[in-house]
Amino acid sequence: MLDLIVKKNEALNNQYSLLILTSPEKLPDMLPGQFVEVRVDNSPSTFLRRPISINYIDYEKNELWLLIQIVGDGTRKMCELKEGEILNLLIPLGNSFSLPENKAFKLLLVGGGVGIAPLLFMGSYLKERGYSCSFLLGGRSKDNLLQLCEFERFGDVYTTTEDGSHGERGFVTQHSLLNGSNFDLIYTCGPTPMMKAVASYATKTGTNCEVSLENTMACGIGSCLCCVTDTTEGHLCVCTEGPVFNITKLKWQI
Amino acid sequence: MANLNINIGKLQLKNPVLTASGTFGYGTEYSDFMDISRIGGIIVKGTTLRERQGNPYPRMAETPSGMLNAVGLQNKGIDYFINNIYPTVKDVDTNLIVNVSGSTIEDYIITAEKLNDLNRIPGIELNISCPNVKEGGMAFGTSCLSAAEVVKCVRRAYKNDLMVKLSPNVTDISEIARAVEAEGADSVSLINTLLGMAIDSEKRRPILSTITGGLSGPAVKPIALRMVWQVAQAVKIPVIGLGGIMNAADAIEFILAGASGIQIGTANFIDPTVSIKVIDGINDYLDRHGFKSITDIIGALE
Repeated sequence: MLDLIVKKNEALNNQYSLLILTSPEKLPDMLPGQFVEVRVDNSPSTFLRRPISINYIDYEKNELWLLIQIVGDGTRKMCELKEGEILNLLIPLGNSFSLPENKAFKLLLVGGGVGIAPLLFMGSYLKERGYSCSFLLGGRSKDNLLQLCEFERFGDVYTTTEDGSHGERGFVTQHSLLNGSNFDLIYTCGPTPMMKAVASYATKTGTNCEVSLENTMACGIGSCLCCVTDTTEGHLCVCTEGPVFNITKLKWQI
Repeated sequence: MANLNINIGKLQLKNPVLTASGTFGYGTEYSDFMDISRIGGIIVKGTTLRERQGNPYPRMAETPSGMLNAVGLQNKGIDYFINNIYPTVKDVDTNLIVNVSGSTIEDYIITAEKLNDLNRIPGIELNISCPNVKEGGMAFGTSCLSAAEVVKCVRRAYKNDLMVKLSPNVTDISEIARAVEAEGADSVSLINTLLGMAIDSEKRRPILSTITGGLSGPAVKPIALRMVWQVAQAVKIPVIGLGGIMNAADAIEFILAGASGIQIGTANFIDPTVSIKVIDGINDYLDRHGFKSITDIIGALE
């Protein structure tokens, strides 16, 4: 459990904010795919902590980035935090995306909406270690495509929007990149229907695929058993056995 | 430094603070955050005779000042506990109490019998109040006859401390408390969760896969406090209070209402170290008011 200081809270548009946290101490080591549980306050409507993906770590500046989408009271309050305010976090939690076995692997990171958050950290992590990857990011319209300049630092970026306002029109799984390209490994995070469509594509093409789940949770440390997903090993906690699962382990109907 | 030692039934506790079943895993999940041996007792996750997968997701809904859960007693069964978990927790210097649940009286008996010979388990908490399973659980705890029957049978089978966890989903909880006292319970703990429901109006669907679930957190505290006060007047055996305790002040309220011990549940999800803060806070309270021992304030409402 750690108290971090709000260094910057930047509204990306009226739905999303980038919350940059820091500490006088060196931040703990974190892995892409891991998440934090944020204590918002103790008001009746934000009683539980909020699980938020780690968006990016800037080790030089000792910064932890969290990408926040306003969904309810908790995330709204997070977007209203002012510079210098203190935020209590359980950090870091969960497992992580696995590193590819081979540096020559063709890697694709597919994200939708706020689910792009952990993919930025994963992209930076891969690039630092000599892997190259492509990003395929989708949103309802161009306002839902976030941090594109950040993503471009770590690989090629392809986009889709449902209204055609940016990139190709349609869903990520309809992007022309997926016709003919053979990827060795796909990492995905986003709305469940999107991840299921990506998992279905991966299954059909025989591509290895890891998904990051966003089940609602309470404790974040494996004690309440609220956030389970059904797997080949029975009900497993998304907070401790996940949030990243290989699709072969999930009992998804796809 | 006041004396926080307290005996509850056959249990000897270094302080009156226990962690509630299903909210603290097997304790070891929390050892990264604190010294779990400082806690008076850890009540481990509800355990049944056979492995249970629990209910389908979604199992949780946040509600104003609380949460609903419908986990449904997911656990790997008593044999797995004895062979795989007990060896990893038995050396923690605290009272490890196993919460025992079942679908039939026979299940309760066999599960309790298997725990008789674990010398680091000084007692069980008999769960006759889980609202999230179709068979057993709360069905036993909502009538005096069935509550008495299951306690009578387990009492014969189990020699160590027998704490019985009561359901608030009844007309008169004192009657149930008296019934289980008469059959040999060493103490009663209350309250388990209150049956509740949450709906997603946009989707026009219940949020929980089971439609209804158990409400916990500060939202239930006034009800829990009232029931603890009523039961403490009705029985001679010790009462352990729980329901929405978030801090030491809440804990003191339950003790003043007549509880000899308290359990911390949902608060563990928000602050994993809360039980240590409650222990320290109780000590501060006793010092501040000039009490020498925790026993001085049990049921000490003026």
